[in-house]
Amino acid sequence: MSNQPTTLFDKVWDAHVVRKIADGPDVLFIDRHFIHEVTSPVAFLGLESRGIGVLFPNRTFATADHNTPTINQHLPVADPLSANQLKALETNTAKYGISHWGLGHQKNGIVHVVGPENGITLPGMTIVCGDSHTSTHGAFGAIAFGIGTSEVEMVLASQCIMQPKPKKMRITINGQLGKGVLPKDAVLYIISQISASGATGYFVEYAGDVFENMSMEGRMTVCNMSIEMGARGGMIAPDEKTFAYLNGREQSPKGEAWENAVAYWQTLKTDEGAGFDLEYTYDAADIEPQITYGTNPGLGTGITKHIPKAADVLDGAASYAKSLNYMGFAEDESILGKAIDFVFLGSCTNGRIEDFRAFASVVKGRKKADNVTAWLVPGSHIVEAQIQEEGILDILTDAGFQLRQPGCSACLAMNDDKIPAGKYAVSTSNRNFEGRQGPGARTLLASPLVAAAAAITGKVTDPREFL
Amino acid sequence: MAYDKFTILTSSAVPLPLENVDTDQIIPARFLKATERKGFGDNLFRDWRYNGDDTPKADFVLNNPLYSGKILVGGRNFGSGSSREHAAWAIYDYGFRCVVSSFFADIFKNNAINVGILPVTVSPEFLDKIFQAIEKDANAELTVNLPEQTITIVSTGDSESFDINGYKKHNLINGYDDIDYLQAMKEEIGVFEAARPY
Repeated sequence: MSNQPTTLFDKVWDAHVVRKIADGPDVLFIDRHFIHEVTSPVAFLGLESRGIGVLFPNRTFATADHNTPTINQHLPVADPLSANQLKALETNTAKYGISHWGLGHQKNGIVHVVGPENGITLPGMTIVCGDSHTSTHGAFGAIAFGIGTSEVEMVLASQCIMQPKPKKMRITINGQLGKGVLPKDAVLYIISQISASGATGYFVEYAGDVFENMSMEGRMTVCNMSIEMGARGGMIAPDEKTFAYLNGREQSPKGEAWENAVAYWQTLKTDEGAGFDLEYTYDAADIEPQITYGTNPGLGTGITKHIPKAADVLDGAASYAKSLNYMGFAEDESILGKAIDFVFLGSCTNGRIEDFRAFASVVKGRKKADNVTAWLVPGSHIVEAQIQEEGILDILTDAGFQLRQPGCSACLAMNDDKIPAGKYAVSTSNRNFEGRQGPGARTLLASPLVAAAAAITGKVTDPREFL
Repeated sequence: MAYDKFTILTSSAVPLPLENVDTDQIIPARFLKATERKGFGDNLFRDWRYNGDDTPKADFVLNNPLYSGKILVGGRNFGSGSSREHAAWAIYDYGFRCVVSSFFADIFKNNAINVGILPVTVSPEFLDKIFQAIEKDANAELTVNLPEQTITIVSTGDSESFDINGYKKHNLINGYDDIDYLQAMKEEIGVFEAARPY
């Protein structure tokens, strides 16, 4: 090791380079590989057609989440295509000896929720999955990013991936987030400032008071959305909070191995004076609860603001006009007070216990608006159990809400949880693309507090009124 | 999976002058339920291409008989969003071999190369020239020369060079993929793996 000041990202990346190819990518070793039912079947077919196997099956972990139903999970999956994909995952994992937490398994849930909560995700690791929100695991100081199916096959076959090293960006937010301003608001704010492609080509490190003071759940929400600013991933240096979260988790190191691991993890931070290709710095005081009004996550603003005029957004005029037309909105309108039809609490972005606590803090002692359909979907069975144990389920039930079963659900609407065409949904998920939550669905991305306030009033409402 | 080798392609192009064309538009999630890689081209740009009752939307470029070819030209930040390789499969299966934009999302760019589609990044100014050439003549041809790393508007002779790393270029020209390379590294990888703490 040289004494050159080094970034957290470089420390982790460089420790995983098996070979550097001149005028080509690095061959990067992958510590953990998560797979799910949608992006893995063709990778397994590829192995078969090549006549090769899985090199290190104990480094791959499977869970079913993308197409699974969120009600009546004990019944056979009605959609034959979804059932076929779930069956393929079961068959493929059994064939190659890969851990599989399928539908009905007590550890089942969204891949980016179950990895951390079972201690599979650890600091300093390289982690990939055929899902762009793999960036979530960066909250632990891991290099984690989404890959395509060819790369899934590559990792199964070789435990390596071929990647050019991305550029480095640091995003610093100093100060303290205001009342009612959540980690989701912080990251939506960043994306609104730099656009949905502002970090393309970069790997992001989040730094400053706001992220240091943030819970692990909050850090996961932030890192999860890194891809929505175009970044391959985002990471936060591990600290005592990280270690406390992981200590005692099922697959975390134990005993002496734990002590050794923590000693290493404590070295995983950016050295004073280390260089970044690009830096942004923001002030927490400028961030209010956020909401999106357009069809990419960069088209968001403070909840009390008006929808910007075309001249004031980074997107081109034609794309912006198409976006507002799809949403049924116009320039310079107030977002507050817009009537909504659906509320979705869940996803790998906001499907953790803290998100349900936040939602419950607003709806406690109040009632769901009659015209709102609310889908509350925990990220895993472990989160579901916590919701019950902490009494949150009672609060939700008293307020007229029902809890569904874990899965990706309406975030990408591969199962039956589809927002109907033309309807407005305030969603705690990560994408507001056209049709993302169902053909013709109109999505407004926001925090669990904003979602809760909308669920109570039936319109876009500043949650600070209820705190 | 094997794909056609890529060297020099001369073709008319299909223009899609929109920014932030995300992979949910290229192939909506409800069409990701196959366990085999076939037929994705039928659902390329499904919700922009067809109405709810499956009738074609006349104003979408893929339904316009004036435009055809093996090159798709899109606005900046093409392929953002989900990592679904199905988006690249759909583009390939439909018949495109090259996508041109001023800016690609990272994961899409990797996926495209891995399935044998050449993503060509051009300057915003050159992208405008391409759109103008196609607007003037729907049959305007582009020549993409991978060995030389150039893209040329045939009618005007305007040309620009593009970047691609030598390793990936070699793969595309020869129809190789990364797994061929990695299979030959198994021993080296095994030694590396054994030294990992967890």
